[in-house]
Amino acid sequence: MIQDTIAEIKNPALSIQDLCVYYDQNKAVKNVSVDIKKNTVTAIMGPSGCGKSTLLRALNRMHELYDNIRTEGKVLIHDQNIYDVPAIKLRRQMGMVFQRPNPFPTMSIYENVIAGYKLNGIRLKKGEKDEVVERSLRDVALWDEVKDTLHKKGTFLSGGQQQRLCIARALAFGPEIILMDEPTSALDPIATSKVEDLLVKLKENYTIILVTHNMTQAARISDYSLFMYLGELVEYGKTKNMFTNPIDPRTEQYLTGKFG
Amino acid sequence: MNTTENIRLQDTSKGRQLKDKLILGLVILLSLITISPIVLIIGKLVAKGYRQISLEFLIKNTPDTYTAMTALANGERIPGGIANGIVGTLIMVVLASAIAIPVGIIVGIFLYENPGKRLANFTRSLSDVLQGVPSIVLGLISYLWVVKHVTNGYSALAGAVSLAIMMLPMIVRSTEETLKMIPNTLKEAALALGTPYHKVILRVLIPTGFSGMFTGILLGISRVLGETAPLMLTALGSSMINLDISKPTSAVPLLIWEFYNDPNMIDLIWSSSLMLMAIVLILNLISKQIAKKTK
Ligand SMILES: Nc1ncnc2c1ncn2[C@@H]1O[C@H](COP(=O)(O)OP(=O)(O)OP(=O)(O)O)[C@@H](O)[C@H]1O
Ligand SMILES: [Mg+2]
Repeated sequence: MIQDTIAEIKNPALSIQDLCVYYDQNKAVKNVSVDIKKNTVTAIMGPSGCGKSTLLRALNRMHELYDNIRTEGKVLIHDQNIYDVPAIKLRRQMGMVFQRPNPFPTMSIYENVIAGYKLNGIRLKKGEKDEVVERSLRDVALWDEVKDTLHKKGTFLSGGQQQRLCIARALAFGPEIILMDEPTSALDPIATSKVEDLLVKLKENYTIILVTHNMTQAARISDYSLFMYLGELVEYGKTKNMFTNPIDPRTEQYLTGKFG
Repeated sequence: MNTTENIRLQDTSKGRQLKDKLILGLVILLSLITISPIVLIIGKLVAKGYRQISLEFLIKNTPDTYTAMTALANGERIPGGIANGIVGTLIMVVLASAIAIPVGIIVGIFLYENPGKRLANFTRSLSDVLQGVPSIVLGLISYLWVVKHVTNGYSALAGAVSLAIMMLPMIVRSTEETLKMIPNTLKEAALALGTPYHKVILRVLIPTGFSGMFTGILLGISRVLGETAPLMLTALGSSMINLDISKPTSAVPLLIWEFYNDPNMIDLIWSSSLMLMAIVLILNLISKQIAKKTK
């Protein structure tokens, strides 16, 4: 059930068309069609197990790693189906932040931030590297905490710091779209609000798709919201409208805490 | 709580203390039984072998039996050493590693990448079978392949091939197991940055699993260091240092066998064994240290 306002999205950052994802025979995402507006934060909400992560991971073709997962449908980026673009190129356009922090254990904090360049064999001058590292770490409000220990292993950081490091790693490579799977679920309230402020700031230059369990977070920072239930897209619209005036009874029940 | 109950409580706690002590005693006893062979072996080797160990022992070739007999008759230390064996062992172990490490790591990565595929399962079973093949049989195979057809005679190369076949399954297994322990999320993190797959393996998976793979390699090396049987059929032995890998060469375990068969040189058994044992122990300690450091 798509609200009228959505019909207006022109020139979307991503156009998801009839997307299905199967784990073996289990259809975890069912015929989802959505246009994601550029330079917005779009929140994906829904109870645990409804397919939020599965939908998100279909967008940068993460599922291709696993033989038992199959996807159907189309996702257009710049009017091109993501399945027609080389996966490597696609993933450079889409940064991803995972549910659990996963810094590279063999790399220092510094190397983790520029891992995108390092792993892709893109050489930067020392000055450029320093600049990318500092800017990315400042963006995620981690710079002051780690500026004296940049050459220590990233895995020595606390869970919340590691997650911000992973966000910095995704930002450093300059993607167009950032996919985030509950990026703040491991953070304390202060770090969470820092990351939220960051997302609001980032949407000037990036399009952000954010899976979140936290409804107040979705209400605070997202422009559009997408509510999923049992693999289906139930409702999609401007966050303000969805929170004040949900159309589908299941959305209303979820938002008022009846389930989820 | 009345007094009789109190006493009963104390009783049971006393009984429990006794039981704890008994179990502790048993554990200590069993541990002693476990470590006693290694302590006894090292003790014996040191006691009987230390007299022969000197710089000369490391840099001189083995004496002939007549020299040894004369020294024995005069009650002197046997002159000469095991340099030919040490050099031979080094050459063959380095050659064997040069063959087995790259092949083993590549096969291990292949097994990790294709867990369910039929070819992978087949390879894995074969590798397990290979691990169980008696080393003398591997020597025989290398004899048929290398001695007969490549070097046309006993050679260091043939010895190295038999040792390489022996190391191979250990390296394959440790590579696969180590890679399997790396969480998938790390692979995903690298791929999500647009990293090409081969670079994910080379720049993320292998460095992350390096210590585990390295431990496997060191254990493989320390295993083949002491092998005697396959070398009898391949490297044969030599009383001189020989750097030509197409010619017969000596090895420390081969020398021990030769000393055993020569009543005049029997004293050298202990010192040579001590050397071999020391190298193996050091390798083991290094691999333990590396495993601990990266945990
Ligand atoms: N690797 C997998 N193999 C098989 N089934 C899976 C796998 N991952 C998820 N599923 C199934 O797909 C469905 C959707 O899972 P998904 O992880 O997308 O949910 P989610 O909305 O992200 O939940 P959460 O909020 O708990 O993270 C679930 O029913 C789950 O059981
Ligand atoms: Mg999830």
